[in-house]
Amino acid sequence: MEDLLLTPGQYARLYNGLRATLQLLGQAFVLGIFLSLVVGVGRLSERKWVRAISFGFVEFARGISSIILLFILVIAIPILLGDIFPWVLGQPVIVMASIALGVNMGGYGAEIIRGSIVAIPKGQTEATIALNLNPTQRLRYVILPQAMRIILPPMGNLTIEILKGTALVAVAGGYDMMREVRNMEASMLAEGVIGVTALFVNALIIYFIVAQVINALFRFGERALDRRFEQREGRSAIPLSVAQPGGN
Amino acid sequence: MADTTQEETVPAAAEGAAAPAQFELQQHHKWYRRPDVLIPVILVVLGLAILATTGDTSPRYRSQFTPGREVRFGWDYFFHLVPQMLQGLYITARATVLGFLIAASLGLVLALLRRAQKRWVSWPAALVIEFVRSTPILVQMFFAQALVRATPGISLNPIVILFLVLGIHYATYASEAYRAGINSVPKGQWEASIALNLGPWTKWTRVIIPQAVPNILPTLGNYLVAAFKDAPIGDAVLSTAGVLFFADWIRADDFRPVEPYILTGVGFLLVSLPAAWAVRRLEERIAYERT
Repeated sequence: MEDLLLTPGQYARLYNGLRATLQLLGQAFVLGIFLSLVVGVGRLSERKWVRAISFGFVEFARGISSIILLFILVIAIPILLGDIFPWVLGQPVIVMASIALGVNMGGYGAEIIRGSIVAIPKGQTEATIALNLNPTQRLRYVILPQAMRIILPPMGNLTIEILKGTALVAVAGGYDMMREVRNMEASMLAEGVIGVTALFVNALIIYFIVAQVINALFRFGERALDRRFEQREGRSAIPLSVAQPGGN
Repeated sequence: MADTTQEETVPAAAEGAAAPAQFELQQHHKWYRRPDVLIPVILVVLGLAILATTGDTSPRYRSQFTPGREVRFGWDYFFHLVPQMLQGLYITARATVLGFLIAASLGLVLALLRRAQKRWVSWPAALVIEFVRSTPILVQMFFAQALVRATPGISLNPIVILFLVLGIHYATYASEAYRAGINSVPKGQWEASIALNLGPWTKWTRVIIPQAVPNILPTLGNYLVAAFKDAPIGDAVLSTAGVLFFADWIRADDFRPVEPYILTGVGFLLVSLPAAWAVRRLEERIAYERT
């Protein structure tokens, strides 16, 4: 058991790497949620070309392997599109990796959001039409708040999948926790120190803990959402019962 | 009630203005007696078995083509690389199939352990499943590699490490699929088999499994596709000669990174998209109608 513990200096390096991993996860998550919303709603659009493009995006993002997508974005795209979009040339690996992971998450997330919107009873949409809400209001105030309860659990799992995906950056030339582990491994092997396995065990445990934290955050979100729904009912019930005798 | 009839008629409605009341004729109630389900499934399993046992397993990637330096993307060069990419894809697919064989069987064991009555069996099983599921397969591969190197007297071919890790990783996913499938069988079915005094063998083979498989099989199919998408990680970590290794090798050889990586992506889509569609078709066909 003691051989599994690392030195404090090594843990400090792991911490640095972890911060990079979390930053990468955060960027990918923001892009992923944005793409999920846009594409997920686009899949249900009235316009055929929007549906077609959204469908193409989803199939592409889900069909391609995330590591291949990462390599394409990090290695091939800057050379291929450098002339047309000079922006991609000077980007650090971490930015391209965030895009790759975000696209990947967007593909899966779009299907989650589409499924949740479809699952909302049709009467809700019909009611918004009766109330003359425009499509944006319909989505923002009626459909999505109800859909959130269906979205959150699978979205938590998806976020953990993306956390697992961030480790791929280490083999594509970017810096993250796994890269740091690999650097430490290299220096240990150079010094002839044995016990490299312990490094990976520690890395695995850290990933596990982060995944559990993400899981807990999403559970917390679910519970907060449920509480809000309950509270709303309570609030609306009181003014109604008070207002009616006074109105008469 | 209205919702279920609507869902059933969606495919029919998409075809044209078919009357919503018109249901498709179901030749056979049981999925395992319907040739339109069984024949494709058997063919796919046979195809995967052939894939796993034949073919060249140690290709050498080398392009015989000197690409021009002036263009960023050359179609000649792109098509020239196709046969070698297919070889790489073949290695990747082979490792996936072998790994998934482990995953499907080990997953069943894990699911049964997880379902065990005794807590000292089910809790460790749950912990192992959760741990393996929520840690990156890339780190697991590095760990397995270091473990094999650190253990004296054991030397494993990288491809063996790859499919062992793939197998163990996806076994935890598969175990969740099995568990969900078994749990999806309504409680009344279990109670009915107790009421009818069925033995455990009859209960499982005639009641539970026939109803659980329609839920399990499509999920396993999805995980097979997912495992295929994770298999190239082995090329980067363990230097197995799969499709990503091909792209890296060609890049180092010819200093032309664009074509091999794009080609690899295209090759991947050409395999995984039809596979995913096939799984979706299976899901639609096998869906158990409880009437």
